[in-house]
Amino acid sequence: MRRVTLWRSFIGKKILMAATGLVLFLFVVGHLLGNLKVFEGPDRFNAYAEGLRALGAPFFGRGELLWIARLVLLGSVGVHAWAAAVLTRASWRARPVAYKSFEPVATTYAARTMRVGGVLLALYVVYHLLDLTFGRLNPAFEPGNVYHNVLASFRVWPVAALYALAMVVLGLHIYHGLWSAFQTLGLNRAPSEGWRRSVAAVIAVAIAGGYLAIPVAVLTGVLR
Amino acid sequence: MTPLDAHVPSGPLESKWTRHRAELRLVAPANKRKFHVAVIGSGLAGAAAAASLAELGYTVSCFCFQDSPRRAHSVAAQGGINAAKNYQNDGDSVFRLFHDTLKGGDFRAREANVYRLAELSGNIIDQCVAQGVPFAREYGGQLANRSFGGVQVSRTFYARGQTGQQLLLGAYQALARQTAAGRVRLYPRHEMLDVVVVGGAARGVIARDLVSGDLIAHPADAVVLATGGYSNVYHLSTNAKGCNVTAIWRAYRRGAAFANPCFTQIHPTCIPPGGHHQAKLTLMSESLRNDGRIWVPATAGDQRAPGEIPESDRDYYLERLYPSFGNLVPRDLASRRAKAICDSGLGVGPGGQGVYLDFRDALERLGRQGIAERYGNLFDMYERITGETPYAVPMRIYPAPHYTMGGLWVDYNLESTLPGLFVIGEANFSDHGANRLGASALMQGLADGYFILPYTIGHYFAQASLPRVAADHDAFRGARGEALEWLKRLLAKSGRRTVEQFHQALGRLLWDACGMSRSAAGLGAALDAIRALRTEFWEDVYVGGDAADLNQALEHAGRVADFFEFGELMCRDALERDESCGCHFREEHQTPDGEAARDDERFAHVAAWQFTGSDASPERLREPLEFSTVRPSTRSYR
Amino acid sequence: MRVVLHVWRQPARSAHGRFVRYETDDVTPDMSFLEVLDVLNEALRARREEPIAFDHDCREGICGACGMVINGRPHGPRRATTACQLHMRHFRADTELWVEPWRARAFPVIKDLVVDRGPLDRVIEAGGFISARAGSAPEANTTLIGKAAADRAMDAAQCIGCGACVAACPNGSAMLFVAAKAAHLAALPQGEPERADRVAAMTTRMDALGFGPCSNHGECTAACPKEISLDTIAQLNRDYLTALLRAEPRADTL
Ligand SMILES: Cc1cc2nc3c(=O)[nH]c(=O)nc-3n(C[C@H](O)[C@H](O)[C@H](O)COP(=O)(O)OP(=O)(O)OC[C@H]3O[C@@H](n4cnc5c(N)ncnc54)[C@H](O)[C@@H]3O)c2cc1C
Ligand code: HEM
Ligand code: HEM
Ligand code: SF4
Ligand code: F3S
Ligand code: FES
Repeated sequence: MRRVTLWRSFIGKKILMAATGLVLFLFVVGHLLGNLKVFEGPDRFNAYAEGLRALGAPFFGRGELLWIARLVLLGSVGVHAWAAAVLTRASWRARPVAYKSFEPVATTYAARTMRVGGVLLALYVVYHLLDLTFGRLNPAFEPGNVYHNVLASFRVWPVAALYALAMVVLGLHIYHGLWSAFQTLGLNRAPSEGWRRSVAAVIAVAIAGGYLAIPVAVLTGVLR
Repeated sequence: MTPLDAHVPSGPLESKWTRHRAELRLVAPANKRKFHVAVIGSGLAGAAAAASLAELGYTVSCFCFQDSPRRAHSVAAQGGINAAKNYQNDGDSVFRLFHDTLKGGDFRAREANVYRLAELSGNIIDQCVAQGVPFAREYGGQLANRSFGGVQVSRTFYARGQTGQQLLLGAYQALARQTAAGRVRLYPRHEMLDVVVVGGAARGVIARDLVSGDLIAHPADAVVLATGGYSNVYHLSTNAKGCNVTAIWRAYRRGAAFANPCFTQIHPTCIPPGGHHQAKLTLMSESLRNDGRIWVPATAGDQRAPGEIPESDRDYYLERLYPSFGNLVPRDLASRRAKAICDSGLGVGPGGQGVYLDFRDALERLGRQGIAERYGNLFDMYERITGETPYAVPMRIYPAPHYTMGGLWVDYNLESTLPGLFVIGEANFSDHGANRLGASALMQGLADGYFILPYTIGHYFAQASLPRVAADHDAFRGARGEALEWLKRLLAKSGRRTVEQFHQALGRLLWDACGMSRSAAGLGAALDAIRALRTEFWEDVYVGGDAADLNQALEHAGRVADFFEFGELMCRDALERDESCGCHFREEHQTPDGEAARDDERFAHVAAWQFTGSDASPERLREPLEFSTVRPSTRSYR
Repeated sequence: MRVVLHVWRQPARSAHGRFVRYETDDVTPDMSFLEVLDVLNEALRARREEPIAFDHDCREGICGACGMVINGRPHGPRRATTACQLHMRHFRADTELWVEPWRARAFPVIKDLVVDRGPLDRVIEAGGFISARAGSAPEANTTLIGKAAADRAMDAAQCIGCGACVAACPNGSAMLFVAAKAAHLAALPQGEPERADRVAAMTTRMDALGFGPCSNHGECTAACPKEISLDTIAQLNRDYLTALLRAEPRADTL
């Protein structure tokens, strides 16, 4: 069996992971830009949330395009997580015995925590949906009043802390993820390392920071 | 006693090989599959031969003692490979390469073979480039050359300081391709212990699986030995730890004549021995002599740091003694001069065993970048080993055993005196006579493997009648039994000295008596000493472990046991060759200015030793050497 | 200098192994690490104990035979240095060293520090070559190869097949080894015709042999005695992607 494949080979799966990862990454960026409107006050922010649903009109009915986007996201997470799981198992099998003492010199904390970080992100997203999309975990939830909902849940400091934690995990995941994706998609050409790593770092910090700004702003009362 | 017949085709030198090829008999394509060739060795010679034979359709098995064919010691060759391409337009030609090689060998090689070698040199480069060997290039995209010792043209092709590695990978990859195609079966971690002779012809080998310890009987229609050199007989040498004489020695004991065993090359540019635990000596490629200048302090006991010794107090002795070749004289001269200088008390470094190889001027001329381009990895290696950087302080170098021109005698078809046993690469007595010029061994190994053996072996098959033999044939049973016995004997003794200790002792004996300079007295004494030591070995050695297991001590023991028997033949040959030639410097025979004095009257021949029994002394056969195109002159590099 | 070694001893493939503590003060700074093992082994023989089995041959850092993990680093702590070229002057007197074999599913331990690296040969057999039968080659200078390309090829071609990259990789991946060979041949025009097929064949074999996937940790390069660059991996991935987008490779050439 000599053919190059996306689904069967390791490299193929890595490519899938990079592609879906980038989709998710784009969502995260877009979502951040959207969320930052929270600083423009309730009306603007709620309007944005509403806008999301009106997206695609008049060709699409209310919420339709959003659903398509949701399906794409869901699919991406699915493929991404599936590939991650398969590759992770493969690498565990390939390295059954650990060294007495192994001193990593090149790999980063971010790289070593991709797997667990990913899982945490998945769990986070589930919680996050129940909190702000369906409101199950958000007693003060008012359908439609997104601004209110966000502030309501972030005023509870443990919730804000949970979000903050998730954002750090996200930052790490994106940091290695982006660089790794460059490598996996063969975009790194000599002399690679240096600047691409820094670019990935800057983007990761910007995104995590941007998201963090919101719970922080709420707790510090900047947003009220 | 009838002289050995080398079966050199008649006719003018230039057309011998072409005509011979036309006359060699062929095997029908459909039949090739039916012939099974056992190739022992996966170095340049072995891998090239195994791959080429498989490409032709023969069924091949390829043995090596390393865990992968890619690790054969050819991998260590640094400097380069010669070819008469005349890309530099500096007047090179097939004839000049032929002449340089013959002269470099001090007229003790077979003219026809050397000419063929020069003739094929170009094809080798073409073949290797086609395989993807990344030879050094010029900015215009053409192949680059460097010059090497003993010649005045620039004809050496190289891949940084890793030419041997790159050439070997080329051959190894060709071998891998045939392995995948199912035409070659690899036997890594297998050591050949005997050649099996049936009906007067070599019909297979006995090999030990170094992991399980099993002795396998391996029948074949022809056996090709490509097992490399045996400089390790000296214990410390530039060869890999595993290099041995075992394969060809066992073949010798089965009837293949052993030619010129005393022709061993001592390489001038090696890192001097350091501590007493030294496991091996490291070569610094001869190419360094292109830009490095060799000198010693003019006065003995000059304790100043090299940098502080002014020009006036330095003796660039090679440039002084050999104005026209200077630092690029052949290896035997460079080595002998270094030894002489050090013996006279001018040597530098620990024990006065070393001379300076200085890059100061070259650094000024080419700059650090330019030097790094050419020798970067060699300089790094030197620094790693010695802790000194040649960019700042001159290298210290000293001669070390390096290459063995001797080996099993072969005729023009590379067939030994034992029918069906072919010998290629460093393992045969080769085309280098009494001294090998740099960058010519890689050339010979590949010529043998890619372009000569594939034709001549077919000729053998086409005319030999080879009844099928199976692994359970009495001859195999017998040989296997003997090998087993022999291993048992090695393990039986629980003496007081380790194999390593015996190897060291033997090495020291040979280095002193049969190294860079030799004398009747010294050799006579050495012969007795070796015999005595060998008896002690079998009395007092401790090997340990058992035979049915990965047992590296046992492997070493076997090799050393053979070195003992071989060392004796080496000294005997050196003693009988009562002249000086090339590397073989008999103190009794030197010109007033200390150069080797050849005796073409009595010794213009190859000495080939025929085994006559364990306790009987071997018979010395001769192959007279005639030179049709060049008159043997006194080598002069002055 | 005095050295304490904890060496992994394992009698055979299936047998279970353990660390055994040895001590020797018969060590000088100019000795290589393998020479220390030599000395230790001589001592063991004197005591009628089984010497430590370890692969080695050239002792020059070029054959790729030697290789063991020393204090958690394949080939030891020095960059771009094989175990045989690792000299004791780089260690403090009174060091304590933990010595283990390569650990990877694809490299089963045969004995003590000796592992089976056969799978690396299997990968090359799958396609790590240029098909050029002896005798078929054109005159060497008919294909011009710019110095830059030749140098790139040479940089990648330096791989000595030691397996340290696999040993270092947290995923037991052979990506760097495979990428080095692919990059060497891809840099040359002679390698072009089989380029896509080569990448397909070698990576498929790599997966099948029990090596892990690469997740870009970069430990391999750090451990590589020849400092093969991570860019070769990027290039391998790039070539794989190209092969994906391109039509089916012709299996017959492989
Ligand atoms: C450090 C060094 C540098 C050199 N530099 C140059 C140079 O720049 N230019 C040049 O032209 N020449 C050079 N030479 C010489 C040249 O490298 C060798 O002569 C040549 O490579 C020998 O190739 P080979 O195929 O005959 O043997 P090798 O490459 O030594 O291969 C021997 C093979 O035989 C196998 N083998 C041996 N014994 C047995 C056994 N008993 N059973 C089974 N298998 C066995 C081994 O496993 C190995 O595969 C150098 C040599 C050394 C040591
Ligand atoms: C569903 C939960 C997730 C899991 C289990 C997960 C897991 C992983 C794992 C294991 C890798 C492989 C790292 C490597 O091999 O180099 C990875 C890569 C990546 N992930 Fe995730 N991740 C998840 C969610 C996300 C999200 C939400 C994003 C978007 C920000 C993302 C972006 C990426 C990117 C860009 C890569 C790089 C792909 C590559 O390695 O080439 N992942 N992920
Ligand atoms: C401070 C940080 C964040 C805030 C304030 C925030 C806010 C919100 C809000 C208000 C919604 C509901 C939108 C609506 O129903 O109209 C939402 C949905 C969502 N968020 Fe976040 N979010 C944050 C971080 C994240 C992160 C890091 C991720 C992913 C890794 C994420 C993934 C999602 C997803 C998948 C949805 C559902 C989108 C949909 O299908 O409607 N969010 N977020
Ligand atoms: S890539 Fe480096 S580490 Fe891996 S096998 Fe080659 S040389 Fe060894
Ligand atoms: S360490 Fe392993 S994960 Fe990839 S980059 Fe090197 S192979
Ligand atoms: S022994 Fe050859 S590389 Fe170390």
